[in-house]
Order: sequence, then C-alpha cells, then structure tokens
Amino acid sequence: MTRASLLAGGHQPDPAALAEIRARYHLDDPFPVQYWHWLSGLLSGDPGTSMVLKEPVTALIGARIGNTVLLVAYAGLLILLLGVTAGVVAAVGGRRVDQALTVITTVLMAAPAFVAAILLIWLFATTLSWFPVYGSGTGFTDRIHHLTLPALALSGGYLAYVSRITRTEVRAELAADHVAAARVRGLPRWTVLRRHVLRNAAPPIVAVSGVTVAGLFAATAVAEQAFGVAGLGSLLVQSAARQDMVVVQALSLLLVTVFVLVNMLVDVLNAVLDPRLARAGAV
Amino acid sequence: MSAMSIPMPLRKPAAKRGAAPVAGLFCALIVLVAIFAPWIAPYDPDALDPLNAHAPLSARHLLGTDDLGRDLFSRLIHGARTSLAGPLIVILAAGTAGAILAITAAWFGGWFDALISRTLDVLFAFPGLVLAITVAALFGSGFVTPVAALSLAFVPVIARVMRAAALRERNLPYIEALRVQGFSGWHICVRHLVPNLAPLLMVQAAIGFGYAMIDLASISFLGLGLQPPAADWGLMIANGQPSILAGFPQQSIAAAVAVVITVVAFTAVAERLATRFGGDHAPVR
Repeated sequence: MTRASLLAGGHQPDPAALAEIRARYHLDDPFPVQYWHWLSGLLSGDPGTSMVLKEPVTALIGARIGNTVLLVAYAGLLILLLGVTAGVVAAVGGRRVDQALTVITTVLMAAPAFVAAILLIWLFATTLSWFPVYGSGTGFTDRIHHLTLPALALSGGYLAYVSRITRTEVRAELAADHVAAARVRGLPRWTVLRRHVLRNAAPPIVAVSGVTVAGLFAATAVAEQAFGVAGLGSLLVQSAARQDMVVVQALSLLLVTVFVLVNMLVDVLNAVLDPRLARAGAV
Repeated sequence: MSAMSIPMPLRKPAAKRGAAPVAGLFCALIVLVAIFAPWIAPYDPDALDPLNAHAPLSARHLLGTDDLGRDLFSRLIHGARTSLAGPLIVILAAGTAGAILAITAAWFGGWFDALISRTLDVLFAFPGLVLAITVAALFGSGFVTPVAALSLAFVPVIARVMRAAALRERNLPYIEALRVQGFSGWHICVRHLVPNLAPLLMVQAAIGFGYAMIDLASISFLGLGLQPPAADWGLMIANGQPSILAGFPQQSIAAAVAVVITVVAFTAVAERLATRFGGDHAPVR
C-alpha cells in the first residue's frame, strides 16, 4: 500500500484523488521537507484535515475535548477525594475498617476499566436506572450525569491504588517521633492528623496521584468507547479503526504531550510541597 | 488501561502468601485448558445455532449461548488460547529486548548508556494503549499488530528496572575480580551478569504478564485486536455488550470474570516469586 492510499484511509481511490493527496501532503518531496511541512503546520496550529471525515483535525478535537477534560477531571476528583479519604480512614480507623477497605481495594485493583464498565452497564441498564449508560449528554448537569458511570469505571483501579499508597504513607508518619511529640503536647487529634501527618505524607501521594491522572487521558479510550461518550479517546479508537492516520497522529501526539506536561507539573508541585527536593536538584 | 507505564500495581500485599499455591494450580489449569482447548471444549466454538440464541445456563450449555447461539463455555475455553499467547509473546519479546538493552547499556556506560536511556525515556512517555492504537491505525487490527506494539511499549518498563540492577551488579567487586583474571566482557556478561539478574528478570516478566493481558484485552475490547468471529476474551466482552441491554449478560460477564481471575492468579504467583527472589526492592532510578 502506498502512503497516499494509506492516507486515503486504506482504500484505493481513483488516480486523480491519489494525485491530489500526494500534492496536498507533499508526498513527492524529500523526507525532511515533508517533515518540515507537517511540523510547521502543527506549530502554527494546523495538524491537518481528516481524510475520512473531511473535517479539520482541530474542529474534530475542539468538539470533543470538553467531554474528555470533564471526564478526566471527574475521575481525577473521585480518585483524589475517595482514594485519599479511604486511605486515611484505613490508616486511623482500626483493624476492622482497615481489613474491610483492603478487601475492597483488592477487588477494585483487579478489575480493569472495561470490566468495571461492563459491570456498571449491567447494573445500571437492567436493575437500577440512576445513571444513563450511553452517550455524552448536553448542558453541564446532564453531561455530569452521563459521565458518572464512565468516571467510576475509569477511576476504580487508580482509586484503590491511591488509597493503598495513602494508607502506607499515613501509617509511616503516624509512627514518627514528631507525631508522638505533637500528641504529647496535647494537640487535638484532628490537628495532628492535618498539620503533622498529612502534611508530611503529601509528597508521595501527590506524586502517585499525578502520574495516575496523567495516565487517565490515555485510559479514557476504554471508558469513552464503552459508554459511547464522544471524546478524544473514542475519537482515537474510531479513527484507528478507520485508519484515519492524520487524526490518529495528532491525537497521540496530544495525549503524549499532556502525559509529559502533567508529569512535569507534578514534579514542580512536589518541589513546592517539599522544598528539599528542589534543593536536591530533583526538578 | 495501559501498560505498566501507568503505574497501577496489580501486586497485592505479601501477606496473601497462602493463596499462591492455589493461584499456581489455577495458572497451570488455564494453560492446560488453552493447550488442549479443541479436546476439552464440548462444542465447536464457531458453530452457529440461531434458533438456540441466548440460551440460559444449563447442563447442555454450561454457560448458555451467545446472540448467535454459539456455546459460550466452548468459546471461553478456546478464547484462553489467544488471551494467554498474546501476553506470553509480549513478555518474552520485551523481556529479551529489555534485558539485552539494559545489560549492554550498564556494561558499556558513557554515551552508549545515555543514548539507550534517553531513547527509552522517550518511548516511556507513550502509554502502551496509545502506542498500540496508533500502530493499529498504521498496520490494521489483528493478533500480531497489538502484540508487537505492546512488546515495544513494555521494553522501557522492563529495561529501566533491569538497567538499574545491572548497574548495581556491574559495580560489585566480583566483576572487577573476573576482569583482572582476564575474562572477556562477553564471558562475564553471559556467564555471570545474566544468571545473577535472571531472577529479577523473571519477576519483572511475571508481573508484566498481568498488565500485558489487561492491555491486550483492552485492545480487543476496543475492536482493534482480533476480529470476529474469533473467540477472544476481550472481544467477547465487547461483543456481549449489546446483549447486556437486552438482559443477557452471560457472554460479557463470563469473559470478564475469566480475564480478572486469570490476571489475579498470574499476579499472585508473580508476587510470590518477587518475595522469594528478593526482586521486591524498589527499582533505583
């Protein structure tokens, strides 16, 4: 298959169309020139036009990025709120609570996103009808309503992981001398937990959560596809199935860039939380 | 869910030691089922019986039938073949390539190490799932493409840990002693470094197997892996999705349970290997 027919979506269109594609993508130029055309287009904000949908990639992304950002934010919020809370509760709540939470997190960790999605669809499509199991919705509240199940499916495993890390870190801090000293000084339990334990346990938790949220962007593919959400992940999957290379290339570049940027942001945030890291040259 | 590039450990706390033998037996059973699938399965996995579609669980059809009347139990058994072979190939390929890159990088050091390490860092920025989807767009769906893409995505994950270990090992006095005795670098690497790093590599491979299985099942689920009518667990989960809404969840649930139990079993065994061979110490960056 030639590159022109690959760009046409794997079909064999007529020679005139192929010639047009060759001209538009400068396929007869030497490789560095082609690369320059693509790179300069990308840097000036034009990653190209989808050969299959006949729409500019920027328009395709623009129409869907809102859903994906909302989904990632929703899932990220669930992961942080529920994960950290569950971890702290497991660490300070006594043996029974700890064991119960360990069982729950073990189950959550073992279930990948598509399994969680299937179980949620089964539960909410047949028995309960609290949340819609398909589509993206319109307007803010309706979108949140539609994105609840995808966000739950997406966050399950990560939530369990963050909860585990939080539990371990909080446990370690609780055993530290400075916490004992704070307690001896007669500080209220909650103040000790907030000012002394959580403050010190935060950097590793932030690091893990950050990497997790960065990974969420890639993981949206499964959740969006399972629940029929029109987002970047489902666009990537559908474009890949259509062999729409221009869209796939732009989207994977975008996802990887976001992944790297979020990871960098986490490093910076960690340096703010723990200035020793910055002095050690970790950033 | 992506490769190990998204650090979501399937590893459970080491306390669950009692479960390892059971998990090991289950793994062996699954492998045997996969190998002898055609002899074990009661029906032809592709035999259509539209008049008997969505049959409930019964003695004739242990797990019932799917929307086309195919026996789900037989399809599940046959599905074990591709569902296990995929991750196995990924782990063998990525483990071999990762180990070779790691040991040569640690051994030669200098600009060679820097070149390999930076290249792996760039590759590391690609979540395995995104890489697999991109490659599927280029080369089409099927069995080989996602397996090849995922192997590539797993190389930096394994190579990073192995390089750190190889670097530690290389600086131990016995390596210097061997050098002084005049042994060649090749001899020291193959006869001493590799055997000493093998347990860690084995642990990495065993843990990676679970991740690879989930990733490949995800790709199948997304429709970019094996195509119908193949009996593959990830594909079965996706194909059963419309039936759930009609009130027949058997196909998706059965395949999902198969994936989860198998991943948990293989991971429990990996966990046991890790505590046994001391591969548990945190990888040095």
